[in-house]
Amino acid sequence: MEVYLLQLFNGLSISSILLLVALGLAITFGLMKVINMAHGELIMIGAYSTYLTQNLFNDYLPESMFDWYFVLAVPASFVIAFIFGLILEMSLIRFLYGRPLDSLLATWGVGLVLQQLARSIFGAPNVAVTSPSWLDGGMKIMDGTLLPYKRLFIIALVIACLVSMYFYIYRSHEGRRMRAVMQNRDMAACLGVSTRRVDAMTFAIGSGIAGVAGCALTLLGPIGPSLGTYYIVDAFMVVVLGGVGKLVGTVLGATGIGMFNTLFEYWTNASLGKVLVFVCIVAFLQWKPMGLVAMRTRSLD
Amino acid sequence: MKESAILQCDDVTVEFDGFKAVQGMNLKLEKGELRFLIGPNGAGKTTMLDVICGKVKPSAGRVTFDGKVDITRKKEHQIAELGIGRKFQAPSIFPSMTVAENLEISMRQKRTVFATLFAKMAAEERERIEHQLTMIGLQDKTAWRAGGLSHGEKQWLEIGMMLLQEPEILLLDEPVAGMTDKETEKTGELLHQIARKRSIVVVEHDMEFVRNFASKVTVMHEGRLLKEGSMDEVQRDDRVAEVYLGKRRDADVSRSTA
Amino acid sequence: MRLQKLTPQRLWILLGYTAAAAALFSAPLFVSDFRLNLLAKFLAFAIVALGLDLIWGYTGILSLGHGIFFGLGAYAMAMYLKLEASGGKPPDFMGWSGLKELPLFWQPFQHFGFAVVMGIAIPALLALVLGYFTFRNRIRGVYFTILTQALVIITTTLLVGQQAFTGGTNGVTGYSSLLGFSLGSPDTKRALYLITVVVLISIFVLCRFVIGSRFGKVLRAIRDGENRVRFIGYNPATYQMVVFTLSAAIAGLAGMLFVLHVGIISPSMLGIVPSIEMVLWVAIGGRGTLIGAALGAILMNWAKSEFSTAYPEGWLFFMGALFVVVVVFMPKGVAGLVGQLKFRRKRREPEHERVRNPAV
Repeated sequence: MEVYLLQLFNGLSISSILLLVALGLAITFGLMKVINMAHGELIMIGAYSTYLTQNLFNDYLPESMFDWYFVLAVPASFVIAFIFGLILEMSLIRFLYGRPLDSLLATWGVGLVLQQLARSIFGAPNVAVTSPSWLDGGMKIMDGTLLPYKRLFIIALVIACLVSMYFYIYRSHEGRRMRAVMQNRDMAACLGVSTRRVDAMTFAIGSGIAGVAGCALTLLGPIGPSLGTYYIVDAFMVVVLGGVGKLVGTVLGATGIGMFNTLFEYWTNASLGKVLVFVCIVAFLQWKPMGLVAMRTRSLD
Repeated sequence: MKESAILQCDDVTVEFDGFKAVQGMNLKLEKGELRFLIGPNGAGKTTMLDVICGKVKPSAGRVTFDGKVDITRKKEHQIAELGIGRKFQAPSIFPSMTVAENLEISMRQKRTVFATLFAKMAAEERERIEHQLTMIGLQDKTAWRAGGLSHGEKQWLEIGMMLLQEPEILLLDEPVAGMTDKETEKTGELLHQIARKRSIVVVEHDMEFVRNFASKVTVMHEGRLLKEGSMDEVQRDDRVAEVYLGKRRDADVSRSTA
Repeated sequence: MRLQKLTPQRLWILLGYTAAAAALFSAPLFVSDFRLNLLAKFLAFAIVALGLDLIWGYTGILSLGHGIFFGLGAYAMAMYLKLEASGGKPPDFMGWSGLKELPLFWQPFQHFGFAVVMGIAIPALLALVLGYFTFRNRIRGVYFTILTQALVIITTTLLVGQQAFTGGTNGVTGYSSLLGFSLGSPDTKRALYLITVVVLISIFVLCRFVIGSRFGKVLRAIRDGENRVRFIGYNPATYQMVVFTLSAAIAGLAGMLFVLHVGIISPSMLGIVPSIEMVLWVAIGGRGTLIGAALGAILMNWAKSEFSTAYPEGWLFFMGALFVVVVVFMPKGVAGLVGQLKFRRKRREPEHERVRNPAV
């Protein structure tokens, strides 16, 4: 019983991490059709932002304050990744709309540069981020089953991101403009929406969320310049499986991959588990080539 | 079922996320017939063509080709191989290839990988392509990249491609859109010429064109068959007049009935 | 063969090819053994680039999984070489992992012929299977690209994870001879170089034949508008499957040659980064021109071997920047740039055309 419960929790935890990593992509890929391979590096930037915030607290503030650094680190990673995203969009991405494969290659190059930049600044070895003490330990639900607070915190963080994104996209003026531009660019432009501004904002928000994901990843282990590359392909698989254009799909995709991953790894081993998950995804796409939740329109052939 | 019916659509219904674009539409096309499909915007005309050429799968109904094959179960390329050609509303040619190459791959031939890998241009094939080039007036532009042609020339190229396909049925979606009066007339004559051997379905908004060249007209409205008959019959029909003039007062009407 | 008119332009091109082939064949006469070995490696990469150009440049399918096809070919050859070195006994790394018996699937690799066939057949088969399950369902464009990348991840994970069978992170290395000829001897190396030149030229001719045929025109039509091709009566899925499989087989062949020249294959040589680097070669040389792809591979690898050891950091910056510059400013690569200078055609217009009206 405990084993199953623990596996279930593990699955949920992996799903939440995948979701956090993929949420930003759901915006940049799902809505804007830009394949941002530098997404992983934006995650890395978020992680290093957290690292820097920690160092600042260490160096300039009394020790009693240290535990609160993380509260600041979350918005800080968002803002820094947001700014990087904004610069990236304005300098490069805007030339690549409508050329998804080219955007993939160009952003991969950007990712390479960013990784190398991080290596030059912070050094190649991984650095450790000390988690705040209030996230140590875990919730004991029964004997031998401990749910670590860190993992619970990540799940809560994902939910918070999801809710705020939902409200932003579906309940705010900005969000309405964003949806209008993504669905019919020319029409939105005719109606006086500044598509350039919306594009830049949308991409930057997607990047910012990648930063938050990076911040969360510091709780799970040391971070390094190539942190993002471990997650990027999985994140893309989530979006492919979930379908493009709706948040629900991304949530379902992440849950599906996370759960099956845990299950298969429990049954077999880590490497075979990954193979099985991939086979399952390809098999699933036979049934629904457009992913779990697909927007079906007439123009979409 | 009469043998002469080359295409028969029975109770075809198409749904897009609950919205019924076509509802129980019937259409029967005789061999060698030139049929015009008209109706206000959103009547389901283009969707009907999509069903026939396999782009859209109907949720109910049958489409029978040549009295025996139910093509709603076939894939697009199989339907094309059976002998149904389609010209789309926006000219869709292969822009990075030359005009001649566009025609070469469209030409009726074996379409397996093996056949195309070892295909050689036969003298007879070259002749057919050259004949077609003259017919569509692009004989001086054979080596042009098709993407560099003007809108009207692209339309013609696509018509030429479809003719080389030698289909039994030609489906044309607004073939004269963006053409000059002279070109429009030429197209109309061409259609009549083709209809001697093949069957044609034309979706058209240009009423002038329809009046000049139509033999039989099918009017669709809100996904249903409204009226079928000669142009005169259709024009006298009260319901057709209402659909075009009564309910819909948008700019589209003035254009459609001009 | 079709007889084509020998225009002056054609004559120059023909002369150019002849000169290039002559230079390649005579290279052993003036190049040091060390440099010759490097060149041989670059030529093996050029072969991959040709295959990659077939699918990306001509058919519009971007595969980020060619490292795997290349690697599978390489592993097949490496298994043979390893077994020849150990005299048919389980190789050293199996012993370290506690494997006493030679696994069943290793055994036939004692035969050179079997290894060569498998080095082409396994990648081809893998590509066929992946292609069948994707193209048939119209999974294409970026979706397909992402799937190929996932294939890379799982294959490398598998190779690293199943250490007892694959040698894990270290890969397979430590060979002695090929069919009895010592791999270390300069004569063998020279012979292997010449074999690589012959293979490269044959593959080049094969690719020329493929793209010159009507099959090749259909491929280009698929690149321009896959759906339109369908309504003419071709099944694009079959064409995509065939060309993807062919491309993977070519990559496998190149992988086999690579192992012979380099003497090692490990998961890091076929992972995400090498796979995408292969795409960069084609992008720089010029997608859609065979000679551009091949030259791109040779030049990029030459530059890499010159600079990456001296300035490892600078090299990565350079490569990243190159990606951006090439994609944004020279979508047709160096070959396209040359073409532009020659004809001064307006480039933007057809480019827009393709985006706006993706046929249908």
